[in-house]
Order: sequence, then structure tokens, then C-alpha cells
Amino acid sequence: MSEPSAPAGSDLHAQQVRKFWLQDKLFHHATQLFAFVVLAALVGILVSLTIEAWPSIKGFGPSFLWTNIWSVPDDEYGALAAIYGTVVTSVLALLIAVPISFGIALFLTEICPVWLRRPLGTAIELLAGIPSIVYGIWGLFVFAPLFAEYIQPPLQALLGDVPVIGSWFSGPPIGVGILTASIVLSMMVIPFIASVMRDVFETVPNELRESAYSVGCTTWEVVRSVVLPYTRVGVIGGIMLGLGRALGETMAVTFVIGNANRINGSLFAPGTSIASTLANEFGEADPGLHIASLFELGLVLFILTFVVLAISRWLISRSMGSEGL
Amino acid sequence: MSDQAIPSGENAALQVRNLNFFYGDFKGLNDVTFDVAHKKVTAFIGPSGCGKSTLLRTFNRMYDLYPGQRAEGNILFHGKNLLDKTQDVNLVRAKIGMVFQKPTPFPMTIYENIAFGVRLYERMSKSAMDDRVEWALKKAALWGEVKDKLQQNGLSLSGGQQQRLCIARAVAVKPEIVLLDEPTSALDPISTAKIEELINELKSDYTIAIVTHNMQQAARISDFTAFMYLGELIEFNETGTIFMRPGKKQTEDYITGRFG
Repeated sequence: MSEPSAPAGSDLHAQQVRKFWLQDKLFHHATQLFAFVVLAALVGILVSLTIEAWPSIKGFGPSFLWTNIWSVPDDEYGALAAIYGTVVTSVLALLIAVPISFGIALFLTEICPVWLRRPLGTAIELLAGIPSIVYGIWGLFVFAPLFAEYIQPPLQALLGDVPVIGSWFSGPPIGVGILTASIVLSMMVIPFIASVMRDVFETVPNELRESAYSVGCTTWEVVRSVVLPYTRVGVIGGIMLGLGRALGETMAVTFVIGNANRINGSLFAPGTSIASTLANEFGEADPGLHIASLFELGLVLFILTFVVLAISRWLISRSMGSEGL
Repeated sequence: MSDQAIPSGENAALQVRNLNFFYGDFKGLNDVTFDVAHKKVTAFIGPSGCGKSTLLRTFNRMYDLYPGQRAEGNILFHGKNLLDKTQDVNLVRAKIGMVFQKPTPFPMTIYENIAFGVRLYERMSKSAMDDRVEWALKKAALWGEVKDKLQQNGLSLSGGQQQRLCIARAVAVKPEIVLLDEPTSALDPISTAKIEELINELKSDYTIAIVTHNMQQAARISDFTAFMYLGELIEFNETGTIFMRPGKKQTEDYITGRFG
């Protein structure tokens, strides 16, 4: 090919520049559009939930949140039982999951031999990948019967007569119920909490760990006095992430919570959660207040989990950014 | 300095004998033998990767934290081999303190930074602890600067102050030996001078072993100097002798700046 003459060359050059500029512009706007679609979807869901829930919001007012009634025949609805079930199962699940996750994360970062670290870490992450419906059928058909036969009666015998907490373990041991749902939930959130805790524990600089060991600390003392204070914010973020998951979990909870729309002081009693009420009733809900109330329940759950997840993200990023590095 | 004999036997705080160290398959120390003199400053110099920090980290078994690292041979401390499996490492570390290259205050108050280590091995009243904290901070020449802000976070201090806090933390548990791993390499010249002065004062009570990149620093503050190269102890002698009349060609080349 012969050398192009000077004017032709610069023409070609200008053309190329223009083409690249166009491509760049196009790419820029396309990706921007995709990103905004997500934001639009988020706002859209919030808006449509509010519109659909409007008859109920207008009809029951804010007292919807603290009314303990859910009666389809009377067309009267209140969210208290569902909110109670959601919050109690989630909090109980965290009470079980947090110490276990802490132990897992501690073992993985401080104690575990190197060759075991990866396989164990991967196994915990895989646990997070099991579909929740699998936890649900396992909970209902395997765990609940075993729980009813081998755990509930001794638990009742042991704690049933203790004042105050005795009533938490009263009632027939039928397997499904609030406590069963909490235990299944705890298994589902352990991988999330454990892997966040492991990640934030790993941000502790080695020199800081070594300094603590160099004054004669044992591993536990290093963790309690140095690793935990250093990563406090991230650890709380991880727990909130688990809470967010637990609040919104639907299938597994629906299987094992018992689906009774009432509040009972006993943890053995069946209850319901926001998510499981929605899953159970959407199919046969009549248009009107019933559907609107379900939408309002959805709105409540949306806001609840959104706030919890937002706080957790913020705490985790704060911990990884400023203190961790 | 000429009255100082090369330490051996009874005047040695640590007796290192035929020490070998391995990072997996890589040999980091090769047959190191020498003594660390009691209540003197021993400096370790040599180019990067020569094993001086590795050697220091065998003295308090810090390498134990990392799988694949192991030491063979003997380091006698009060007649017992530190490297024995039966040796309680936490107790060793309480007796042989360490200060690191970067200042590493714990995420707690200045007061707690000092009291924390003391509390691990001693029970004492609040007032006795107050006295101990004050004593340690005075030892580290930091008391005047922090006495009004003991309840502030240790991280709020400047780098040089943080490093002196770490030295105070190390001496507060009343160790016999203090290991310093390039304690001034992250500090400005003024802070460095303060810490060098401090080392000079500390040696009346403690045995000090210091790793340094800075040959002038070794010449200024140490009584004995060990020159290391490629995992071997090339030469060990009084600091004056090492710098004035080095016995080995490699030592001379290094201290005159011909490599390093």
C-alpha cells in the first residue's frame, strides 16, 4: 500500500476520531441507561406498591400497623401478627446465627490450617446458594418431625416451669411454628453473616495482630480485644445483612411457620410472617381491601428490608474503607 | 566500649546455637550461632532479605502464627530452649516484648493500650495500674505529652508518639528483652532521635535487640552488631570493631556502601 498523501491522511484521521467519539458517546449513554433502569425499577416498585395499597392505607390508616386482626370474612385487616412473626423469627434467627457465624469466621481467619481454609470457605458460600424452597421442604418433612419428637418435649420439660420464659415453650409440640422457622432461618443466614465477618476480620493488619500476640495474648484475647473492636462496624453490618435476608425470606418460612394469622406467646405455636402471608393468600385474594392490605404488607416489608440492608451496606463499606485499609 | 567482651555463657540473655529457619522449602537462616548480651543493645544489620527480621522473630516465636514457617536448633533463654514445642509461647512473649516497624496502637484508649498487656499476667488495684501506666509512659518519654489525654484513642497520636506508645506497651509488662524491628523506619528524623535516645536509656533495665536498615543508627546506639547476609551471620562483634576494623571483606563492603 502506498503512503497516503497528507490531506487525505488527515481527513481519514478526522473521520476516525469522529467515529470513535460517536462510539464512545453511544456506549456511555447505553450503559448509563441500563444503570438507570435499575433505579427506575426500584422507584417504580415502590410507587406501584403504594398505589395498589392505597385503599387499605386510606381505610385503616396507620393503625393497620398495630392492629391484631386478619379476617377475610369481615374484610378487616391489621398487620400486627405478620409483623410480630417476621420480627420475632428474624431476631431469634440472628440470636442463633450470630454466635455460630462468629465461631465460623473466627476459625477460618485465626485458627484454620491453610489447606482447609479454601474448601471450608467455599462450602459455607455454597450453603448460601441452596434454593430456599429446599430449606423449606427439608424443614417441613425432615427437621420439623425430628424437632417435635426429640427436641420440643425435653425443652418443654426443662424450661416449661421456669417463670416468664416457661410460657415461651408451652403448647403442643407439633414441630412447625415460630421456633422452627427461626432455626431454619438461622441456617439460611449463617453463610451470609459468616462470610462478611470473615472478610472484615481479614482486613485487620497483620502487624496489629502480631503486636497483640507479642504482649502475650492468646488467640481469644487477640480476637476479643483487638480484632473485634477493630472490625466492630463491619461485624454489625454483616449482622444487619443477615437480618435483611431473614426479614424477607419467604418460601422456607412459609413451609415451617404454621401459617396462623395470630399472635401467641409461645414459640412452639404456629404464627405467620409478612412474606408467608403474602405467599399464602395472593392466589385466592379478592379484589378490594384484601388485595390492598396484602400490598400494604408488601410495602411494609419492602421499607423494612430496604432500611436494614441500606444500613448494613453503609456499615460494611465504612468498615472496609476507612478502618480496614 | 573496649571493656566489653563478646558475650558468652553467663552474661548472655539469649544463646543462639546452630539456628536454621525455613519458609516452607526456602531456608531463611543458615546455622546461626551467637549470644545476645544481657542489658546491652545488639543491632542486626544487612541488606533486605538477609534474614535479620527473621532472626528477631524467632526470639519470640512470632513465626508460629504462620503455617509453613519453622525453626530448628537452639535458642537458650534461662537455660531452656525457646524453640521447644513444650515451651509456653504466650509466656515467652510476655518476657520478650516486641515493637514493630509500623506503629500499631490497639484500637482502644492510650491508658488501655498500656494496661491491656499488664492485665493479662498481673492482677493489681486501679491505683497500682495507674502507677504502672505512668511508669511505662515515663520510660517511653511520652508521659508529658499524653498525661492529660489518657482516655483518648491511641490512634489519635502522631506516628512518633504512637511508636513510643508501642514501646511503653512493650516495657509495661516488664519483659527481660525488648525486640525492635526497624522501629524508626516509618518515622521522621526528630521522632527517630527521640526513640534512639530512649533505647539508650532502656538498656540499663532491658536487653535490647534491634533490627535496622540504617547503619549510622546501629553505630550510634548499639554495643554489639551482627552483620547478616543471605541468611548467614557473617560477622558478630562489638559495634566499634565492626565499623572500624571489620574482620570480613563482605562486612567492610557493606558498611562502606559498596553493596546493600
